[in-house]
Amino acid sequence: MSASPQNNGNVGVAVRDLHRSFNGNEVLKGISFDVKPGETFVIMGPSGSGKSVLLKHIIGLEEPDSGEILIADQSVHGSEVLSHYRVAMVFQSGALLKSLSVGENVGLYLTEHRLKEPEEISRIVAEKLEAVGLKGLEERSPAELSGGMQKRVAIARALVVDPQLVLFDEPTSELDPLMSVNIGEQIIQMRDRLHPTIIVVTHDRDLAFAIADRIAMINEGQIQFIGTPDEVKHSRDPMIQKFIHAELTNP
Amino acid sequence: MFYKNIGQIMLLFWRTLKAVPNAWVERKKVYDQLFEIGNASLLMVCILALFIGGELALETGPTLVERGLSGVLGRMIGLSMCKELGPVMMAILIAGRIGSAMAAEIGSMRVYQEIDALRTMNISPVNYLVMPRMIAMVIALPALVIFAIPVGWLGGALVSTFNASISVSVETFFHDLREGIAVSDVVHGLVKAFVFAVAIGLISCHQGLVTIGGPRGIGRSVTKAVVNSIVMILILDYFVTRFLIYFQ
Repeated sequence: MSASPQNNGNVGVAVRDLHRSFNGNEVLKGISFDVKPGETFVIMGPSGSGKSVLLKHIIGLEEPDSGEILIADQSVHGSEVLSHYRVAMVFQSGALLKSLSVGENVGLYLTEHRLKEPEEISRIVAEKLEAVGLKGLEERSPAELSGGMQKRVAIARALVVDPQLVLFDEPTSELDPLMSVNIGEQIIQMRDRLHPTIIVVTHDRDLAFAIADRIAMINEGQIQFIGTPDEVKHSRDPMIQKFIHAELTNP
Repeated sequence: MFYKNIGQIMLLFWRTLKAVPNAWVERKKVYDQLFEIGNASLLMVCILALFIGGELALETGPTLVERGLSGVLGRMIGLSMCKELGPVMMAILIAGRIGSAMAAEIGSMRVYQEIDALRTMNISPVNYLVMPRMIAMVIALPALVIFAIPVGWLGGALVSTFNASISVSVETFFHDLREGIAVSDVVHGLVKAFVFAVAIGLISCHQGLVTIGGPRGIGRSVTKAVVNSIVMILILDYFVTRFLIYFQ
């Protein structure tokens, strides 16, 4: 069996002067911020503001034109940071492997890294599925599940990693309000149980205010404001007020 | 773009080679792929090989008989199937049947962020997706060629026997074939099949991995995988033949 990352405790994330262009269009224009270990940090902003691209850079799926991302003071690019720390990401679509069953998806990390015996993996998978309210669905195909259920399976898959850092990309997009609240509760439960560092990208104001320790407002590839939910609510910045107001009138 | 693709394919080849020592650990995935390739292709291989052998006999048999060369018909069809038509036609079939499926499956996983999900779990897409497919391909294609060669001979023998303008008996056909074919001729075909398998696997997996742009992008990748594989099979066929002739 291969070794699992042995580093315990939460990890901080630092983003330093991040620039990224696609076909001459600058999407990220010098983004900088720090996320403290154990903090729940929400990145909010309108569609097309560069939120999801930023998240992909943080986990190393995209390479910046310039700038740096540090996880626990180690650069994400050109290092084995993902093999040293337990990092998980919940994608907007869930990104479940369609060729695998729900149970196989949830246990994939443990199976592929050979961290546990098959019986132990089955037990852990059942436990994590129960934690997200999907007990007994191990044999189902992801295609048989609704969008909300797929996202909860993706959360179960992240829980299996016992993560030190979790990234959520638009966890409530395309979900009905009830399911959005449910997903928010799942994130809060994860935070309270495992205390990982959490970074959430969303344009769901209610979710952001419910879970965030701090919120960063991003607009046109730049950080507009960083503060606590209260500071965001009371900000005089016209863009922030416009964004929050639009969310309130058009949830 | 052309040089970038070549560079990426070379890099993918190197990474796949580095992943090969994990093949035993990942054997279940290799078996699954082998079953997929065999299950999808065996019947088609039989039909194709039977008709290629038959068609060869139909085209060449009457002329050879007319010039009193009926005694070399078995040898000619035997060699053609071993050294050229067996490996090339089976490789083209596999490029269309399996290469397209590989490009579509991996391309779909790329578009729907499943490959990104693997990477965030520190699971190498090369280990998980490419290496098992490559190993299955380099085992399956030569195996299918070994299967196709005698089926092609049978097709040639049947047409030679039952076509009134040829009328070479099965005994004469196979006697001449035994006289004219050496083990090295079969090996010649298997070497080609191995090289073609590597090319199809690499091109198809690479096209899948670089897919962008949703369902239309998947379609484009599948088309490119099949067309590029067929072009590469025919180019490699010439150079591998020259190489093998040099060492004969």
